[in-house]
Amino acid sequence: MASETPIAAAGTKALPAAPAAASENLFRKQFFRLLEGRGAAVGVVILSVMVISSLLAPWIAPQNPYDLTQISILDNILPPGSTLSSGKTAWLGTDSQGRDMLSAILYGTRISLGVGVISVLIASVVGATIGVAGAFFGRRADTIIMRIVDLQLSFPSILIALVLLSVFGRGIDKVIIALVAVQWAYYARTVRGSALVEINKDYVAAANCLQLPRWRILFRHLLPNCIPPLIVIATIHIAGAIMLESTLSFLGVGVPVTQPSLGMLISTGYDYLMSGRYWISVFPGLALVLIIVSINLIGDRLRVILNPRLVQ
Amino acid sequence: MITFLIRRIFQALIILFAMALLIFLAVYAVGNPVDALLSPDATQIERQATIEKLGLDKPLYLQFGLFLWNAVQGDLGTSFVYGMPATEVLLQRLPATLELAVVAMLFAICIGIPLGVYAGLRPHSFGGKAIMTGSILGFSLPNFWIGLILILFFAVYLHVLPSGGRGETVSVFGVQLASLTKDGLIHMIMPAFTLALYKVTLVIRICEAGTREVMSQDFIRFARAKGLSPARIVWVHVVKNVMIPVVTVMGMEFGALIAFTVVVETVFAYPGMGKLLIDSITNLDRPVIVTYMLATTLIFVVANLVVDLLYAALDPRIRISEEAS
Repeated sequence: MASETPIAAAGTKALPAAPAAASENLFRKQFFRLLEGRGAAVGVVILSVMVISSLLAPWIAPQNPYDLTQISILDNILPPGSTLSSGKTAWLGTDSQGRDMLSAILYGTRISLGVGVISVLIASVVGATIGVAGAFFGRRADTIIMRIVDLQLSFPSILIALVLLSVFGRGIDKVIIALVAVQWAYYARTVRGSALVEINKDYVAAANCLQLPRWRILFRHLLPNCIPPLIVIATIHIAGAIMLESTLSFLGVGVPVTQPSLGMLISTGYDYLMSGRYWISVFPGLALVLIIVSINLIGDRLRVILNPRLVQ
Repeated sequence: MITFLIRRIFQALIILFAMALLIFLAVYAVGNPVDALLSPDATQIERQATIEKLGLDKPLYLQFGLFLWNAVQGDLGTSFVYGMPATEVLLQRLPATLELAVVAMLFAICIGIPLGVYAGLRPHSFGGKAIMTGSILGFSLPNFWIGLILILFFAVYLHVLPSGGRGETVSVFGVQLASLTKDGLIHMIMPAFTLALYKVTLVIRICEAGTREVMSQDFIRFARAKGLSPARIVWVHVVKNVMIPVVTVMGMEFGALIAFTVVVETVFAYPGMGKLLIDSITNLDRPVIVTYMLATTLIFVVANLVVDLLYAALDPRIRISEEAS
């Protein structure tokens, strides 16, 4: 395995220049190498099931937890396996408003995953642009940007997010803004690192000789070549983003009550935990843990595959 | 060393200044500070007094100067909820949080080092692999959910530990401490463990990497050749070398630990300053929020400074490279 790794890694670097068919082939190869790790394979399976079932929630969930006509307050706080007044079985019990927990979890997973993925996407675009600009323009811009990055990364992200949300108030859009503000610095630092390596390569010199406009060199030549390491970091950070969102929602500063994410569901169940009615908190928590563990397992494997130095 | 010291203190001051500016902009400049700092039922005279005291008719940079000047003197406004100076409210809650963080830190070190060193000594054994896989689980589990599960088992089902609160305290030089009473310690077990869990993972990872590196070095081979017992090699030669990065990282993580008490204190209804922050956010008690943020920044910056200085004292290479740059 050790002998083939450098070749594969070299292949990754050459990826942007390779023809489309070859890169697709390479992608497939990398995907199979990902699955070779037992932990990562389990992660991929669990994550796929969770993502697909949450996307299909409107069709597969026993009820729509937001539709008041489908829920009955008489069904509230039923233990797992009880029969609802509509005749359906609530396999994971119901909450204080008579909502089926399984449906609430499926819809909650949608919100949690959505907030995580969207915030990581925005943060990586913002971070990558700032990072590559810093490396490209150099000198003072670079120093200022990196100082801000250092300052921010030296602070626990939960505190920054709490400050922002205590000013903004609740809301999915506000949570996303807070998560972006917390995360962009990671991507800026990573992309700057790879941009500083790329900037000395011949193709940038060639582009400079052709007198291409600077923005074109920056965005069309430099940026695409800094993307691969960014993808790994972004994958791992989706787990962190989901965890942070659920923590904020649990603390009551995250998503609004009308759009409960997994963290919010756990938080509402907290009041019933003391009387032994565990299912309202425990099941959404399990869903959250499954998502985060599987992303981390995949991330761990990705790091090994894409970094030949880690394979001993 | 003096140059290094001055440079680091200067950097720390810049961080404090930047954070103060950020908080000022967030709370004072965005929106109406009078609404933020006065309770809604304040009279017109009180409003006028606040506007004059904060100098809201002056330009923004003068206002910031005034804010800083008041902050340095410890005046960060009066809490609406408690009706006394925000700094005083915070200082009352501070000992509980610091105590919790220190106990959590001890937990992390006492659990993390033996497991990490074991995993590093036998990386291919079942136990070693189990510890390393388990450590992935350690940082994948949301802090607050672990707390809930612990409450469910130990408080609700088994009735062996209290589900929340701080328990009995004793007064030491006017500071209320819970770690000196049996009841207080019992109340601290679950919150401290929950808080420590993430750091345990970190310590395990550092110790594992450190042990594997140290074990391959010449002085270990020499110690073996000299006929030292394996126990002595591990406890004296390996652990001592592994401790340096552990101490550094733990020092740096202390600030993060304080930040995470926000979550743990909410779960366990522990009356520390983290719980105070969440209550203040719910009640829109902005003077307390501002005070909390500034105080945490201060703790954070001081912890980092101490670690940096200790590290520079321990490892001359860092000092030299810093001075050369």
